[in-house]
Amino acid sequence: MKRINWSIWLGLIVSIFAFLSYPILFVNWETTRDFPWANIVLFVIAFALLLIGIRRAFAPGRRLLSKIVAPIVATISLLALGLFILTAFVAARWLPASANAPQVNQQAPQFTLKDTNNKEVALTELLSQPLNGNPPKGVLLVFYRGYW
Amino acid sequence: MRSIQKNLARFNEVGIRPVAVSVDSPEDSRDLCQKAGYTFTFLSDPNLVAIRPFDLVHAGQGIKGHDIARPAEFLIDKTGTVRWRMLTENFWVRARPEQVLEAAKVLQ
Repeated sequence: MKRINWSIWLGLIVSIFAFLSYPILFVNWETTRDFPWANIVLFVIAFALLLIGIRRAFAPGRRLLSKIVAPIVATISLLALGLFILTAFVAARWLPASANAPQVNQQAPQFTLKDTNNKEVALTELLSQPLNGNPPKGVLLVFYRGYW
Repeated sequence: MRSIQKNLARFNEVGIRPVAVSVDSPEDSRDLCQKAGYTFTFLSDPNLVAIRPFDLVHAGQGIKGHDIARPAEFLIDKTGTVRWRMLTENFWVRARPEQVLEAAKVLQ
């Protein structure tokens, strides 16, 4: 019985995990989010395994099938790396420049919006209504994409 | 959002009121707050009345092709002046609570 080329398959699994674990797992912690070093480490491990796997696949005495499957698996793994680079580094920067956003020391635009109780709330109210019984010192406005 | 909720007591202690703004409807935001346990203010801006003057419109990026806000944070003092801001260049990177608390030290 021919032995299974474990390193190549493990390399594939680690590559796919290295890609998917960024948006679903490692973004939850600032240290692994702001720079995705954990995912880069995983990809290094994955490609070390793939390299071992490819050498093994082309070693003397391996079946032809092994020589065909190994490059395919390696290509899929490269695709996972490509998607990771796109997600974490390239597409992540497709944001509007917001050149006319209010600068530090500029007056913020006034607005009135509905809160979750459908009640109209003005920025001026948020800046003046007591917070834990004391007048607030400021408001942290957090704009986010929404969950649509 | 999660890190703001986690640090809400620290924010409130130094007099900062966090306020989240998105194009989501008040109902959607209420669902989110209930599910995720957010207890600070969420405002609904489907008509971009705040998002547009802040120049944060990310055109056509909603799942229905509608305009949404790009991620950004502003610390505004009680006179309505911007005292600190973060316009992230990377979708995944957001302000850390410590950055905001550090910036809040200038507030009177």
